[in-house]
Amino acid sequence: MNGLALKPGQVDTSHGPILYLEDVSVSFDGFKALNKLSLYIDAGELRCLIGPNGAGKTTLMDVITGKTRPDTGSVFFGQTIDLLQMDEPAIAQAGICRKFQKPSVFEMLSVFENLELALATDKGAWATLFAKLNGTQRDRIEQVLETIGLVELRSQPAGILSHGQKQWLEIGMLLMQEPKVMLVDEPIAGMTHQEVERTAELLLSLQGERSIVVVEHDMEFVRSIAKHVTVLHEGSVLTEGTMDEVQNDPRVIQVYLGD
Amino acid sequence: MLFKNDKATVWVLAVLAAISLIVPLCNLIFAPGSPLYFSAYTVSLLGKYTTFALLGMSLDLVWGYCGILALGHGAFFALGGYMMGMYLMRQIGNRGVYGDPLLPDFMVFLDWKELPWYWHGFDQFWFAAIMIVLVPGALAFLFGWLAFRSRVTGVYLSIITQALTYALLLAFFRNEMGFGGNNGLTDFKEILGFNIQSDAVRACLLMASGMILILAFLASRWVVNSKLGRVVRAIRDQEMRVRFLGYRVEMFKLWIFVFAAMLAGIAGALYVPQVGIINPSEFSPLNSLEIVIWVAIGGRGTLYGAIVGAVLVNYTKTLLTGWAPEIWLFFLGATFILVTVLLPDGLLGFWQRRLQEQK
Repeated sequence: MNGLALKPGQVDTSHGPILYLEDVSVSFDGFKALNKLSLYIDAGELRCLIGPNGAGKTTLMDVITGKTRPDTGSVFFGQTIDLLQMDEPAIAQAGICRKFQKPSVFEMLSVFENLELALATDKGAWATLFAKLNGTQRDRIEQVLETIGLVELRSQPAGILSHGQKQWLEIGMLLMQEPKVMLVDEPIAGMTHQEVERTAELLLSLQGERSIVVVEHDMEFVRSIAKHVTVLHEGSVLTEGTMDEVQNDPRVIQVYLGD
Repeated sequence: MLFKNDKATVWVLAVLAAISLIVPLCNLIFAPGSPLYFSAYTVSLLGKYTTFALLGMSLDLVWGYCGILALGHGAFFALGGYMMGMYLMRQIGNRGVYGDPLLPDFMVFLDWKELPWYWHGFDQFWFAAIMIVLVPGALAFLFGWLAFRSRVTGVYLSIITQALTYALLLAFFRNEMGFGGNNGLTDFKEILGFNIQSDAVRACLLMASGMILILAFLASRWVVNSKLGRVVRAIRDQEMRVRFLGYRVEMFKLWIFVFAAMLAGIAGALYVPQVGIINPSEFSPLNSLEIVIWVAIGGRGTLYGAIVGAVLVNYTKTLLTGWAPEIWLFFLGATFILVTVLLPDGLLGFWQRRLQEQK
């Protein structure tokens, strides 16, 4: 023991939360996309974010992943890692990974190659030039192919996949990165009913080991996976609680249905 | 097997090896008049095309694979050419018009007394050889570091690459730069101690250019088939996504840009002894645009498409400029538009698709 409580790069979740957002504000040309938003995500939990269009859900993900710098506020990963000091690749390597609203896979590359690029390993240019998959890494890719149900399509270019399969491939790419936090933006858009059920199972099986934040409009889906729901409205947290509590909250009803 | 499922590569290698070995050997062995004789003109023409093929292929790495439409790639070619030119100037020694043992003629003419510091070392071939890759590579590194880190992309990047080569054009025109002003460097006598005008040296230069093109092709092929090559293609299609996978996109762009600039520098260095001159017009933005057209016509993102495009366009240019020089640029422009509209993947892309459809 060297007396250090944490190894470098280790995330300190001793107080419970793994993500701390405090008083975060972002404005674009005067429009306040986030307005003094404070949010805590616990280690290992599955959290759903809901809210009407323009509530700031995607901007929130942009702030956490380093795409957008907030005007004010602080964003911490664990107790010690200040995400506002880091750029997108550094945040991704630290263990916060993101699935985009529009499925973003590399259509010219095969399914296998898409997963290979996502694999958690040294991502420097020279290391990548000489990179060869070892047995463990190959097994890991096989395992993820199995999880996302794309074993047979492994050598096909990702461009030929159906919309739902692309969504899964992107979830698979997140898994390859072995993240501590997964930010999942609209995972079931364009999926069939069966695919939606399987996605719900997949996300439920993943919680615990890692924290998952899901943004979704489909209330049925949110109800099926979430214990804890946060409602955003006009760039701040309107309310939090279980799905039932939230749905019966008069403010939420007003926001969704209007006056 | 190394080239499994890659017949095109095997073909390209076979044709390149044949041209770069058989043509120069036939030129040397057979007498003029023999049906197997290739004239010195053919040899020097093919030598020139070979260096253009290398140049086109290097741009394909940047544009076809990484999606960076660099409109100043000719600058690296010209710089490599100047490095070789400096070596060839120093080889002249006291055989220049003014007979100065140290200073090239143009410096004597400008009444300079001393060799500028950056001309030292170029009397040694090994030093020049290092500079041929180092100088274009260093410029590409500096430029790329600033541009890619600031996330300059798309048309803005294209414009500043064009500005880069134009700035170099203006700089090299100035006599004070010490590169011979608008006359450039010429009147070369020897390379590695051999008469640069002799048939044997010309044949050897074609062989060397062909062999280097083959090596560069194999090296580039290895790069684009590596994981780095896949990251680079991923950047071309979804730059943001790559960043969120934890890759520093700017470092990958920089890597491929510098590698391509070094290949372009080598191409320029092989070009200069075969045409006997290097002057600032090689920095002309128009030259860089032409390289883009070669690659577009041949087909992007295949490496050999760029080689085919470079040779095809330049052969047409040789024919047309001999026959009706004033229509060449119109012809080139029209071909470019037609290819972009009708064959967006270039000639080889079109041909590959036809083959697949037949299967």
